[in-house]
Amino acid sequence: MSQKLLLDAAALDIILHRLACQLIENHDTFENTALIGLQPRGSFLLKRLADILTTHYKIKNLKTGLLDITFYRDDFRRSDEPLKANSTEINFLVESKKVVIVDDVLYTGRSIRAALTALQSFGRPDTIELLTLIDRRFSRHLPIQPDYNGRQVDAINNQKVKVLWKEHGGEDAVYLIKNED
Amino acid sequence: MSELSVDNLLGIKYLSVADINLIHKTADQFKEVINRPIKKVPSLRDITIANLFFENSTRTKLSFELAEKRLSADVINFSAAQSSVKKGETLVDTVNNILAMKVDIVVMRHPNPGAGVFLSKHIDARIVNAGDGAHEHPTQALLDSYSIREKLGSLQGKKVVIVGDILHSRVALSNIYCLKKLGAEVMVCGPATLLPRHIESLGVKVELNLKKALEWCDVANMLRVQNERMDISYFPSVREYVQQYGVHRELLDSLKKDIVIMHPGPINRGVEITSDVADSDQAIILNQVENGVAIRMAVLYLVAAKIRRND
Repeated sequence: MSQKLLLDAAALDIILHRLACQLIENHDTFENTALIGLQPRGSFLLKRLADILTTHYKIKNLKTGLLDITFYRDDFRRSDEPLKANSTEINFLVESKKVVIVDDVLYTGRSIRAALTALQSFGRPDTIELLTLIDRRFSRHLPIQPDYNGRQVDAINNQKVKVLWKEHGGEDAVYLIKNED
Repeated sequence: MSELSVDNLLGIKYLSVADINLIHKTADQFKEVINRPIKKVPSLRDITIANLFFENSTRTKLSFELAEKRLSADVINFSAAQSSVKKGETLVDTVNNILAMKVDIVVMRHPNPGAGVFLSKHIDARIVNAGDGAHEHPTQALLDSYSIREKLGSLQGKKVVIVGDILHSRVALSNIYCLKKLGAEVMVCGPATLLPRHIESLGVKVELNLKKALEWCDVANMLRVQNERMDISYFPSVREYVQQYGVHRELLDSLKKDIVIMHPGPINRGVEITSDVADSDQAIILNQVENGVAIRMAVLYLVAAKIRRND
């Protein structure tokens, strides 16, 4: 197994600030916007973005939530790994809101497909956008593209993108990991 | 761990502590789902479930059916009263006929103890026991322990007394297994005629005096007097039973603590508990019913998860 550093802490910080600014550009005061992180790994990115938006850019009353898509996945009973559910915490109605789905890595697009279905259980949002930190282009199974994107990565199938956060993994970094077999 | 160690849910006896914890943890997520505006997830949309009730049941059947529908499974119902069982068909034949219609999971209630285990050896489908005679009622014990956990935080070291007709109760046996596995202390209390012989061998305390039992416990699970299973008289009169084993407000007030009151339903108001107790804040009877749907969703989800697509 070999790994290559894609983003270090400084680069990651710049990207997070850019994503935050792009969100502000489109959502202004976030009055009618909700950011929803996908469990489990989207929650770390969401927390970082929310911190930047509230402390650096003084956004008030930012609505954030966490969505678990386990029960909506299309690989139930198909994957060898049993699916494990996480908690969903959405304490507001998404009805008529602008929702931004936040996840760390966009790969096949199937998680996002599941998230779109899952969101319907909470009402009918006005719009839904997608924000991802890493976009693994060329590996999509579905016609899903991010609206806000941190970094595009060309990774082949036996490679894995690993996003680490200070609060979960010890450092801020993104690695490209290659299994040699 | 994120998978059950068993393929069928036949009884608590066959579950590990990790299995019970997994079911409870999964139920947490489903409890959140059933409190959403849209209470349905598509997980089991390619699963067909048959509810076979060879014995009367209202709430267990409703609870299972609701759980199945909220998981988007296809559901067929079968009850013995209107079936070919009356015409002399055997259990295996009945079930195989139903399975021929491509059913993946069978939820079964049956008056004979061990019916689920017997069936699991003869048919090719997953089985969830919804009560077999006076033997086990695993989902009830799972939801009872889940409700206690929700109320008291943990079961470790908690004292639970099961009061009433232990002899005819499948709820009692499953609860004893489940609570003990989760680290609680269990006592049974009731008239000596309604306590099975050698029940101590399961590691439970036995107490004939209700007041003493209530003073000892944190939680009292009140069982229904099952008149329909009593072929002989086990106590002189209902009035005498009420006087000795009925929980009422004055009795609870005479204790120096607030205990949690549970009841698996249906309640005989004024027999095992009085109305003011059943409707008080100490009672978590309706929480048990709500948790029942979440627990059954978790059980069905986890049992279905072990049916591989290519099996």
